[in-house]
Amino acid sequence: MANAAPAALAPAPARSFYAGRVLPALLFAAFALAPLAAAAGAESYVLAMLTRVMVFAIAAIALDLLVGYGALVSFGHAAFIGLGAYAVGILSAHGVGEALLALPLALAAAAVFAFATGAVCLRTRGVYFIMITLAFGQMAYFTASSLAPYGGDDGLTIAARNTLFGMPLLRSNRFFYYFVLAWLLASYLFCRALVHSRFGRVLRGARENRGRMATLGFDVYRFQLAAYTIAGTIGGLSGFLLANATEFVSPAYMSWQRSGELIVMVLLGGMGSLHGAIIGTAAYLLLEEWLAGITEHWKVIFGPLLVLIVLFARGGLVGAAAELKRRLARG
Amino acid sequence: MAEPVLSVRALRKSFGGLRVSDDLDVDIMPGELHAVIGPNGAGKTTLINQISGLLAPDGGRIVFAGHDITGVPAHVRARLGLARSFQITSVLPGFTVLENVAVAVQARSGSSFRLFGRAADEPELNRPARAALDEVGLVDREHVPAGHLSHGEKRALELAIALALEPKLLLLDEPMAGTGREESERLVAALQRLKGRFPMLLVEHDMTAVFALADRISVLIYGRILASGAPAEVRADQRVVAAYLGDEME
Amino acid sequence: MSTTLFVVQVLNGLQLGILLFLIASGLTLVFGVMDFINLAHGVQYMLGAYLAVAFYALTGTFFGALVLALAAALAFGLVLEFAVLRHLYDRDHLDQVIATFGIILFLNQGVKLLWGAAPLNMPIPELFSGSVRLTEGLLYPVWRLVIIGSGLAIAALLYVLVSYTRIGMLVRAGATNAAMVAALGVNIRRLFMIVFGFGAMLAGFAGIMIAPILSVEPGMGDTILILAFVVIVIGGIGSIRGAFVAALLIGLVDTLGRSFSVDVLRLFMGPSQARTVGPAIASMLIYLLMALVLFFRPAGLFPAKGR
Repeated sequence: MANAAPAALAPAPARSFYAGRVLPALLFAAFALAPLAAAAGAESYVLAMLTRVMVFAIAAIALDLLVGYGALVSFGHAAFIGLGAYAVGILSAHGVGEALLALPLALAAAAVFAFATGAVCLRTRGVYFIMITLAFGQMAYFTASSLAPYGGDDGLTIAARNTLFGMPLLRSNRFFYYFVLAWLLASYLFCRALVHSRFGRVLRGARENRGRMATLGFDVYRFQLAAYTIAGTIGGLSGFLLANATEFVSPAYMSWQRSGELIVMVLLGGMGSLHGAIIGTAAYLLLEEWLAGITEHWKVIFGPLLVLIVLFARGGLVGAAAELKRRLARG
Repeated sequence: MAEPVLSVRALRKSFGGLRVSDDLDVDIMPGELHAVIGPNGAGKTTLINQISGLLAPDGGRIVFAGHDITGVPAHVRARLGLARSFQITSVLPGFTVLENVAVAVQARSGSSFRLFGRAADEPELNRPARAALDEVGLVDREHVPAGHLSHGEKRALELAIALALEPKLLLLDEPMAGTGREESERLVAALQRLKGRFPMLLVEHDMTAVFALADRISVLIYGRILASGAPAEVRADQRVVAAYLGDEME
Repeated sequence: MSTTLFVVQVLNGLQLGILLFLIASGLTLVFGVMDFINLAHGVQYMLGAYLAVAFYALTGTFFGALVLALAAALAFGLVLEFAVLRHLYDRDHLDQVIATFGIILFLNQGVKLLWGAAPLNMPIPELFSGSVRLTEGLLYPVWRLVIIGSGLAIAALLYVLVSYTRIGMLVRAGATNAAMVAALGVNIRRLFMIVFGFGAMLAGFAGIMIAPILSVEPGMGDTILILAFVVIVIGGIGSIRGAFVAALLIGLVDTLGRSFSVDVLRLFMGPSQARTVGPAIASMLIYLLMALVLFFRPAGLFPAKGR
């Protein structure tokens, strides 16, 4: 399909210092200070809400790597979250509650799944790629639904959050919040380095013009498979954190609707800018929370909103902000 | 007689009922600039696509630098030293001019599976990239996103990318297409400077350029090579004049 | 595992296949001709079902409901195309996916608002209720045979339309090379509108026909949408023939898989294991099938654009 690649970014002349350094720094500072700034009483609510935002933001950053930088629209990304979460859940059901065991298992499960399915998916292009990632996501979903000993369709409650080095540190919501924030920061920095590296350059080049990259001598398939595996693994990290945050795992974590929502989060913030993925996730989840408070039928508003965003605010929030800046600069 | 750098034998390619490459033979000798000319639809771009590996032939053999590359994927051919430019400009529009060439240098210089370190800051990539840009006269445009270049500048950039690959053979697919007089004169001059450094297969319509540059010319009509030899010979060949040159040469 | 049960399930599989074909054919045409991924096609089907129930309550007859619901489904499809979708034809697939995803959210919630979240029903028309005796000991619901029959009739109609009419030729040409068709001076906007409207009607028709035997509820379009996409991917995008073959294949594989997976697996493993693994494998079967097909034929079985 000729137009399967997402619109390339308007070429950004040497990324402004603001967008590249200050904005992400402010973002993380905001996350760090939020619990302290929250009014007494509302603190646990704010903590829970923002923890959720951060957990999904990790998955969104990974997805942005694929969608925004690699032009690989994966409609099965939620599967990796689910795998990470189920790793925690299944271990817990067998009495193993230590993070030092659960986390590596979560990452390994996600990595193996990503590598195996990526190897097949990446042989296809365009909409076929979207469909086959969806298919694998569905397979994971149905497998989880049929795991009767682990709750099946209803899901599985986890006794308690993982212990860290044997200590129940994560049970404190505050500690857990900063634990997640640390992982968010780590994921962000890792992906950022990746994007600017030689590896990232090949990935971005393949997005711009795959045939060109091949005739330069790059085995695009191998690079994309590596990127897909990395993104899946980070998704597994997100799942590990999600299971701990909610103390519950369910097949719904892997539904295709969830995968769709992740894509929206990335798009909302502005694809191809990692901090945009964080902003988009925050915007999506906070908006959802706010609208749901107004009416139970919030999707009636949200749906058309999505359509409008696609039609008019294609660059997401980051793009809109940049456009605004440009307009103001012109005076 | 020296071994050809590229040897195409009995190449066949059909699209549905249309035979675009019809038992095609052509040889490129070391150091020469070999032009392939012919009317539109004769199969020139298809030939280049089959040589570079973007299109699989239905039959025949392609041997490059001693390797049988029929059926070998494009990126492997590139690693063997086969470089090409595209008829419809194929640069990376979102990348800067410098980065376009730097990524080509990167293809040749060690592993790209490095996940850390800023590629944009690497001198071992940027220095050869700038040198290539210098050859085609694009050094002062190095920070411009390639999508913003003029058509002729994009052509020049394509040439710089090909140079950065230090090719054993360069395939040029209608580099003059769509360029104005001034730009094509500059391109011809650039190609003149590069002659002899490595062999080139030039597919082109612009007869001024062809006769200014070519050491040998092959004429491709309806998927076959009708005639092949020194420019003067080909120009005089009655069959060629009848089939093609008669209209082209004013 | 009796023969009767097997035959019944084969017929059920065919019925599901026909249903999928009705939905997938519109989807594959829209995708093939307009290069447009329309996730909202599933809600088109759901809307058909809801409209059927609503108009049945109004008119009291199935036939009345059928005619009115078809007209309303067509009208809705055209309005949607005009107001929203036609602005997305030039966009990349990601944009189309997100926008039509938004439409799904909107409509799933919208029907909940209008009709409530509880599943709705409507009765099978008098004439076709009951079962018919196909062979000794084999009774099969008449309505399901009606669905199969009407679906086959529509398939034949589509075949004739696409192969022998001028419009059909334009559609086939458009599926192979839309830019070319536009360059030849054909009013591409009108062609798109016709293709889209027709597809919407087909999906609506499927919803109307299924309403008497399936509960009509919000989100019913979502699962069928995924199946429809699997159909067109396996069949080859833009190909009606591919959609037909793939739809029947998937209908059969899915139905037979679900009915007999546990039994088949019992040949290889213990009964309790089979009972756990069976349903999981059954749900995955069509996705495995799709992955397999794409592995050997990355563009589907009958790609319209050629290989």
